[in-house]
Amino acid sequence: MIVERPRDLRLKKIAAHGFMLVFLALILFPFFMVVSISFREGNFATGALWPENPTLEHWYLAFGLDYTREDGTVVTPPYPVLLWMWNSVKIGLIAAFGVLALATISAYAFSRIRIRGKQGLLDGLFLIQMFPTTLALVAIFAIFDALGEVSPMLGINSHTALVLVYLSQITLHIWTIKGYFDSIDTSLDKAAEIDGATPWQTFRHVFLPLAVPIMSVVFVLAFIFIINDYPIASVLIRSENQMTLAVGSRLYLNEFKYLWGDFAAAAILSGLPITVVFLIAQRYLVSGLSEGAVKG
Amino acid sequence: MTAATEFGAPPRDAREGRRPWLRWTLVGAATLAMLYGAFFLYQITQPLFGAILLALAAGFAVVFGPDRFYGSRFIFPGVAAVLIFIAFPVAYTIWLGFTNYSSFNLLSYERTIEVLTSRGTVNPETEQPFAVARDGDGYRIWLPESELLSEPVLLTAEEETVTLAPGAAPAELLSPRDAIALRTGLQSLTLTTPEEVDLRNAGLRTFASVTPDYVRTGEDELTRAADGQVLTANHETGFFETPEGERVPPGWRVAVGFDNFERIFESKGIRGPMVSIFAWTVAFAGLSVLGCFALGLTLAVILQWEHLRFKTAYRILLILPYAVPAFISILVFRGLFNQNFGEINLILEAIFGLRPAWFTDGFLARVMILIVNIWLGYPYMMLLAMGFLQSVPQDHKKAAALEGASSLRVFFTITLPQIIPPFLPLLIAAFAFNFNNLVLILLLTRGGPDIPGTVIPAGETDILASFTYRLAFQDTGQQFGLAGAITLLIFLVVAAISYANYVAMRRAASKRAAK
Repeated sequence: MIVERPRDLRLKKIAAHGFMLVFLALILFPFFMVVSISFREGNFATGALWPENPTLEHWYLAFGLDYTREDGTVVTPPYPVLLWMWNSVKIGLIAAFGVLALATISAYAFSRIRIRGKQGLLDGLFLIQMFPTTLALVAIFAIFDALGEVSPMLGINSHTALVLVYLSQITLHIWTIKGYFDSIDTSLDKAAEIDGATPWQTFRHVFLPLAVPIMSVVFVLAFIFIINDYPIASVLIRSENQMTLAVGSRLYLNEFKYLWGDFAAAAILSGLPITVVFLIAQRYLVSGLSEGAVKG
Repeated sequence: MTAATEFGAPPRDAREGRRPWLRWTLVGAATLAMLYGAFFLYQITQPLFGAILLALAAGFAVVFGPDRFYGSRFIFPGVAAVLIFIAFPVAYTIWLGFTNYSSFNLLSYERTIEVLTSRGTVNPETEQPFAVARDGDGYRIWLPESELLSEPVLLTAEEETVTLAPGAAPAELLSPRDAIALRTGLQSLTLTTPEEVDLRNAGLRTFASVTPDYVRTGEDELTRAADGQVLTANHETGFFETPEGERVPPGWRVAVGFDNFERIFESKGIRGPMVSIFAWTVAFAGLSVLGCFALGLTLAVILQWEHLRFKTAYRILLILPYAVPAFISILVFRGLFNQNFGEINLILEAIFGLRPAWFTDGFLARVMILIVNIWLGYPYMMLLAMGFLQSVPQDHKKAAALEGASSLRVFFTITLPQIIPPFLPLLIAAFAFNFNNLVLILLLTRGGPDIPGTVIPAGETDILASFTYRLAFQDTGQQFGLAGAITLLIFLVVAAISYANYVAMRRAASKRAAK
């Protein structure tokens, strides 16, 4: 860019790297701590930041295995972490798939099919999207409490109810996918129409294959959002075996039963896969996010 | 263009699918299933939900039946989902704000009457153990003390009345555990002794003559057996009341108009904390967005510096807080900040001899929440900022630098003004998100420490959303009505933010189009 004096530049470089390193040390401190805690004996801080007598006890418990201490006492896992993980992944996959299907079809319709009052619908969707589902928790509780009388499958403490509520997050994704469809050349669908394709066929054979990248972004985003949800799941799920990870994990740090070490191992075990998926997908996620949000 | 294509109908030859009968069967079956559900909901006195399902069934049949609405088929599922899962719950929450729905007024009117009339006083003199014997498809009840055996009964949940007659003990009796398994049937059974005394199930193991505590003596009227008082249903308070106004719980749900809002605005114990919670909510959301934006932008600028090496490594490490599921990081911080067992206080004490009370001091709790939230949120802002920084033309910056402007000045006069407009909608969205950031508050502090001297539990770190959550689902007895009323206030704020975002976005879009 502009000519800079080499000495200044070197100082600046040192300052920049120094700042980055100090900042990273601060930011990453919780991660180092959690790893250390997961190998530490017992469930309380012992005065040392690094474990003096590393033990695999917390890891055994996180995997749902009994652990025999050196003195012969057997410790049993406090909570079914793997079951919670399975619940979370199951609900996340099903709901994310539902969200994706609904959002893609709606986005195609909003982008291509002429419907009277479309602009009004779109504006309405945009405004509604700002109301998070968590605000309507009271109503959601009342609704599923009533639906439970029709069938326990749909009531409080069922995974079906959770999946249904999570479908509500389609609005944002309709926008993201619609932005993508809008950028596709209209001559493509004209060609399909001339060949005699119905709008459904155009969607199925022309748009769907083109939308695979944005659809994977939306899928990962929806999945992560669902896995991260605490309020909705905490209101709808009651029994320990039905819990998702987010609801269950909170039990570890109860004031009366404080399982800091067990929590650390469980947190790494459950957090790692999601983190890896996210890091792989993040490049696409952010571009999808900002573009979807800015395109009106 | 004809009206048909206006609605997006396909050309005539494509209209009849390959298997029209299959489609009609599926549409018909789905519609019927929904109609049945609607009828069932109506029957269990949930007419509102029934009506919703009915509307859904009608909409489904209309859109997927005739070909006229072909185009709408694509939009119907999405719009229906938005209406049912967002618009309806929002509207329903607002409606609940105008009712007295709470743990005291939980049931419907019909259920309240059922509950009250099913209460009874057991006459201890007639109480006696019973046993059940199988008899073909049904059962017989055997009362060993008075040596009476009943006619065969089916023991379904339906009300049944059978007579008892002296008899011999049946050869084979069910074990007590199997008898308990039949309790739904037993509870709806009335046995009539030869002396014309009615016996009912009075416990897991006994039958006795039971006098009902309340008898329905008329429309909206119950008579209390104990003192003969007549109770009238008060449809304004949602309770049965004696002439003196004594309320008999449980009550039912009734509309109470603006009562909840009056409570919010007039009761000092509620209004005081509400004002402080509102102020904190705005401050929390504002400071979080500002902090994340400033930090994210600074880091993005450093990362964009052409002379910096290891950019990719820095970038990945800086994103980590965003990549780890938030509920895990928040709980990790909850543990690290723990006053007695937390590692942060361990270090602070070793170095400075300090042991801050992160969870019991209101101010420190708020500081902690902001630290955690900025930790969680800055990577998102950084990633966005890196994208927007790239779109700032290099020659503008060069020109300014040639004129002798310092790099700080270049940043504030050239770069910042160019990235703010496209950033604005995202910042507003982030503000709205934090305004209702329930996950953070619920997992980190649950709103605590509590503000002293309030009528309802309200915490120093409570934001409006977590405050409503606690009102509805924790400690205070499920005050759904009051929670709904507060939610309406939140909705008004969110609507304002939402509209601001809409305007900002239109502007950003039109600016883009103008370029």
